Amino acid sequence: MQINALRKVSAVGIILAMAAGLSACGDNQTTANAAAQENHGEEVQLKGEFAGSGASSQKSAVDAWIARFNANQPDATIAYDPSGSGAGVSTFLTGATLWAGTDAALTSEQVEQSKKVCEGQTAFDIPVYISPIAVVYNLKNAGLNDTHVNLSPATIAQIFNGKITKWNDKKIAAENPKIASKLPDLNITPVWRSDKSGTTKNFVSYLADASDGAWTYEVGENWPNKIGMGAKGTSGIVSTVSQAEGTIGYVDASQAGSLGTAAIKVGDNYVPYSAEAAAKVVDASPRDKDATEKGRVVIDIDHTTTESGAYPLVLVSYDAVCPVYKDTQDGEFVKQWLSYVVSEEGQSTAAENAGSAPMSPALRSDVLKSIDLIGSQK
Amino acid sequence: MNPMFQASPASPRFKRVVEGACIAVLAFFAAVVVFLVLRAAPVLSSGKATEKELSTLTSGSVTSLAEYLGPLVFGTLLASFVALVIAIPFAVGTALVISQFAHGKVRTALSAVIDLLAAIPSVIYGLWGVLVLVPASGGFWSFLNRYFGWIPLFSGTVAVPARTMASAGVVLAIMIIPIIATISRDAFLQVPSQDKEAALALGATRWEMILAVVMPAGRSAVMASILLGLGRALGETMAVLMILSPASGYSVHLLEATQNQTIAANIAAQFPEADENGVGLLIATGVVLFIISFVVNAIAQKVVARGEKSEKHEAAQRHATAESGEGNPA
Repeated sequence: MQINALRKVSAVGIILAMAAGLSACGDNQTTANAAAQENHGEEVQLKGEFAGSGASSQKSAVDAWIARFNANQPDATIAYDPSGSGAGVSTFLTGATLWAGTDAALTSEQVEQSKKVCEGQTAFDIPVYISPIAVVYNLKNAGLNDTHVNLSPATIAQIFNGKITKWNDKKIAAENPKIASKLPDLNITPVWRSDKSGTTKNFVSYLADASDGAWTYEVGENWPNKIGMGAKGTSGIVSTVSQAEGTIGYVDASQAGSLGTAAIKVGDNYVPYSAEAAAKVVDASPRDKDATEKGRVVIDIDHTTTESGAYPLVLVSYDAVCPVYKDTQDGEFVKQWLSYVVSEEGQSTAAENAGSAPMSPALRSDVLKSIDLIGSQK
Repeated sequence: MNPMFQASPASPRFKRVVEGACIAVLAFFAAVVVFLVLRAAPVLSSGKATEKELSTLTSGSVTSLAEYLGPLVFGTLLASFVALVIAIPFAVGTALVISQFAHGKVRTALSAVIDLLAAIPSVIYGLWGVLVLVPASGGFWSFLNRYFGWIPLFSGTVAVPARTMASAGVVLAIMIIPIIATISRDAFLQVPSQDKEAALALGATRWEMILAVVMPAGRSAVMASILLGLGRALGETMAVLMILSPASGYSVHLLEATQNQTIAANIAAQFPEADENGVGLLIATGVVLFIISFVVNAIAQKVVARGEKSEKHEAAQRHATAESGEGNPA
């Protein structure tokens, strides 16, 4: 009897639960429809395929943006191919993609070339993704992975050009009086990107600007010397650095994981990386004087800034787009897409998913002025 | 039924279809060659553009094509050489065990495992190399360096972690062992058992029998398999790309990092961010790799052809001796 009663009760329970589940589904659908209908009034509904390609640094942010963007525009199929900055811009200039993600601003030649695909207008680039680059190291056995070792740009330059070869070098010790006794008598192995990379370019241009002449190599996307060892991609550096004590490398800060990260010298202080500190240096930096074409917002990162709390080792990645597209729907997509990407919501989505630094309101208002150019003149 | 198969044995339609397939293959091959030459030609012919491109590719350290290509060719050959030196004894040993020592189920199982190894994608070997071999092999490399450091190959400072030519060579060796082992095994299995029994009957030990009968009979097949393995090692990209810390140079210090780079891995590392001229230059290096592989394959075919001829010749001779022996009972 008891068992039978129990069965009946549980059967009723299951039926109730299923009914609740069904109604819950129904509720969801209606709210989703309502949201779509509400949106329909404000934004043009997009339908079709929209493709971009370029910098791999933006990949995880772009993935998150696409997912959120699709919530309001379910019929827009967006694809981003992380083929690399150079390849992305070349593809964009052939007209095969609507926008290019690039770690380096367009050159004036590329802007000129863009007339072919932008209906006679020139393309422009705006920052969409700002990310600190962390100087990562492995001093796990020495117990220093949890504290930030202080390094001045000149010291970092001398580590990466082979002048400083030991962790207990007196130059490093002098900058770290508190942990000087813990610095091991161990060879430093610098680890760098073996593939062409925008991260490398940003890192070496920081060293060239800020190291007081200690860094003498040309600035480029390929690593210039043979000190230490090279590894493929950000993941290659992370795995190499985590495999051996005494290694040091540079990676997009979101990938630093459990490795130690250095605090770099800015003015008289040492600043560990953070999203806010990276955003701060972008605000404190002037615009690039050479990028004067209409709509362009290119930041000339001030690597020698003394602004307190700023972290000048940052990667600024841009989106290059046309002000006019042949197909008006393409123009509408790019406008909506960029508006979303630079919006507060878009930037915080990237911060959550890719560890980037949200752009400041001041920068956003400049960027939005450029976005307003899209489709305004024909 | 399909009318195609109802026609006479020499159905002209069937002939056309197969001929078409064959021509398509040749056309694909021609398309690849034309693509390589066309894309590489502008870079190779205009010296100025090449110099500028080389300078951006290498941050100003290299300005002539020879300076750029030389170390890459050297690195490619060195990696393949290291891989072959490690792979040959293991592969031939495995082939001998399967063909001469193991029997029944053991033989089937061993054969299956070797065939399976050949089917593993190279990126998996690369991952294994970089995540397991590189961190785990450090002690062995230091040992080699400490006791055999007087050999130039093992001299210098041991790199930690071991993103070195030595590690890359080991992974390449593991990748080509199945190729060499399977082809050698098949050749060894075809050695007539009368010959082997004859050697044993004459008092030879197994070891002597293998040296005197099995190895000479399989020699050309083993050579061909080695060249095929070499072909794979030359073109292998992922494993090298993931393991080796690259640099442009002529060093033979296998245990030091940042000494060499191979052509294939260099193309993979530079291509994503290369512009038009850069791509042309990389394709030019690809042409060189193509030529090297082509030469290796041509030699392999020569070796196989000569081996078959001499085997036929030997067989004919044996046959003749046997017959004359029969005809002459004294």
